[in-house]
Amino acid sequence: MPLNHAELEAIYLTIALASITTVLLLVLGTPLAWWLSRRRGSVSATVEAIVAMPLILPPTVLGFYLLLLFTPDTALGRLWQQLTGTQLAFSFSALVIGSVVYSLPFVVQPLQAAFQRVPQGLLHAAATLGANPWDQFRSVVLPLTRRSFVTAASLGFAHTVGEFGVVLMIGGNIPGETQVLSIALYDSVESLRFDEAHRLAAGLVVFSFALLFLLYRSNAEHGWRVRA
Amino acid sequence: MTGLSLDLRCQGNSDFALQLECSLPASGITAVYGPSGSGKSTLLDCIAGLRQPQADSVIRFNGETWLDREHALPSWQRRIGYVFQDARLFPHLNVQQNLDYAVARRSAPGSISLPQVIAWLELEALLPRASDTLSAGQKQRVAIGRALLSSPRLLLLDEPLANLDHAARQQCLRCLQRLATELQLPMLYVSHDIEEVSQLADHLLLLDRGRLLEQGPLLDLCSRLDTRLSHEEQAAAILTAQVTRHDSAFNLTELAVDGHTLLVNHLPDAPGQSRRVRIPARDVSICRERPRDSSILNILPVTLCEIEHTEGARLLLRLSLGSQFLLARITRKSAVELRLQVGDPIYAQIKSAALLMEVTDLA
Repeated sequence: MPLNHAELEAIYLTIALASITTVLLLVLGTPLAWWLSRRRGSVSATVEAIVAMPLILPPTVLGFYLLLLFTPDTALGRLWQQLTGTQLAFSFSALVIGSVVYSLPFVVQPLQAAFQRVPQGLLHAAATLGANPWDQFRSVVLPLTRRSFVTAASLGFAHTVGEFGVVLMIGGNIPGETQVLSIALYDSVESLRFDEAHRLAAGLVVFSFALLFLLYRSNAEHGWRVRA
Repeated sequence: MTGLSLDLRCQGNSDFALQLECSLPASGITAVYGPSGSGKSTLLDCIAGLRQPQADSVIRFNGETWLDREHALPSWQRRIGYVFQDARLFPHLNVQQNLDYAVARRSAPGSISLPQVIAWLELEALLPRASDTLSAGQKQRVAIGRALLSSPRLLLLDEPLANLDHAARQQCLRCLQRLATELQLPMLYVSHDIEEVSQLADHLLLLDRGRLLEQGPLLDLCSRLDTRLSHEEQAAAILTAQVTRHDSAFNLTELAVDGHTLLVNHLPDAPGQSRRVRIPARDVSICRERPRDSSILNILPVTLCEIEHTEGARLLLRLSLGSQFLLARITRKSAVELRLQVGDPIYAQIKSAALLMEVTDLA
């Protein structure tokens, strides 16, 4: 049964959203995870708690506040309007921002745990051999935590593909702009197009299982540990 | 100004605070000696820039300021080498790559080449090995090589032999001795093992609970009566001696110490080579007359140059043998009965067994 145009568009949009979000999460999450892994105190505990919030908050709560933040009445909304000439709420950009917040813990937590397993002593050794902090990170931390980056990126991507509540609140259901897979599925069910819903739902189940299976199998093969 | 000058205050890991002010020579091996938890590693970490001392601390090396109130030169710009107790080889790199890591990052071309280091430390066979498949001794040799290849101006060693078995320890000691003589590289060597210190060091820094007790040339410090060192159970004087000949009939080697002869267990060294001999104070006894028909081989004419004043049962004597010194620990009762006076010519009997053992250990 071939996929119809709306479904293809939803798939494309979902992949685009998850990809952009994953890249942004790695760029933002890596320094954040590094900072958290080297700090102990109430400031870092506060940041850790904020990062972890999306794990337990209902996505609708997150979506609701993000929606309020994105309206043209707020500073962020106004700034966005001035810079781009378009409204932030109910746009693809809003989805990207929402997804970054929503999937943040799935990227930051595995990276932070991996960074914490890198012995400080190795970085000290690198420093005395003439490596500056960026060089230490690139030549010691990255190679030792490479697998955790794969894990973090996979989890961030998969979690973004599966989001629903946040998207619904801040993106609505605009085909080609904000109608991602999970929304399209919801739309199909609401209008009682069950065979279409089956295709999308089963597709998501297979995708999620395949991704996680590959991830866990490769982690089992290589081991999680950082050898020191 | 040459040398390393330190004015440090730093909170250590245990309950003490490191607090010391001193100048160290920029040549030879300086041993930092003291019991565990006396601040030795803290001192090295401060010098390496891995630990931030309190704000009014100052570190200068050969006229270059590494740390003062205004600025702190980061570790990666100090051009030091650091050999840690636990080697700290990079686990994701093999031996060759660990060595290359240092070469790639050195700022000066350096006088030490990769082939030289491989030859000195006998690393050839280890090069393709993964670093976590090496024994402790092999790891430490690679770590020493890696530190040397960063062409450091100062080499810091933090108990590098502590986790090694006897054979590996001896091999590493030989390597370090050879490096010290062949390279003009000042080393700061932390240890709580007096044997290691006696064998290697030119200069000694004695630490206890973060404070500097003594510092000076090792051979002087070891034979002084007023130091903590000479009151330890294993207190010993260190003599420099030259191998003169081998007595193969009795499996002994003859050493010359300022014109006097010492007989020790057969040594592998060729005649003319220099050796350090460690003679424990408790193994030296005193006679007024040269004893005859004694089983003790080493009886040396010495001059009594200092008697420790103490109310205890035992006291220490400082004896001069040419330009060098011996320590003897005897009972106070014997000192009184022999009516010992400073300046007396007397004979020191050195229990061969002890001496032989010490020399074999040093070899």
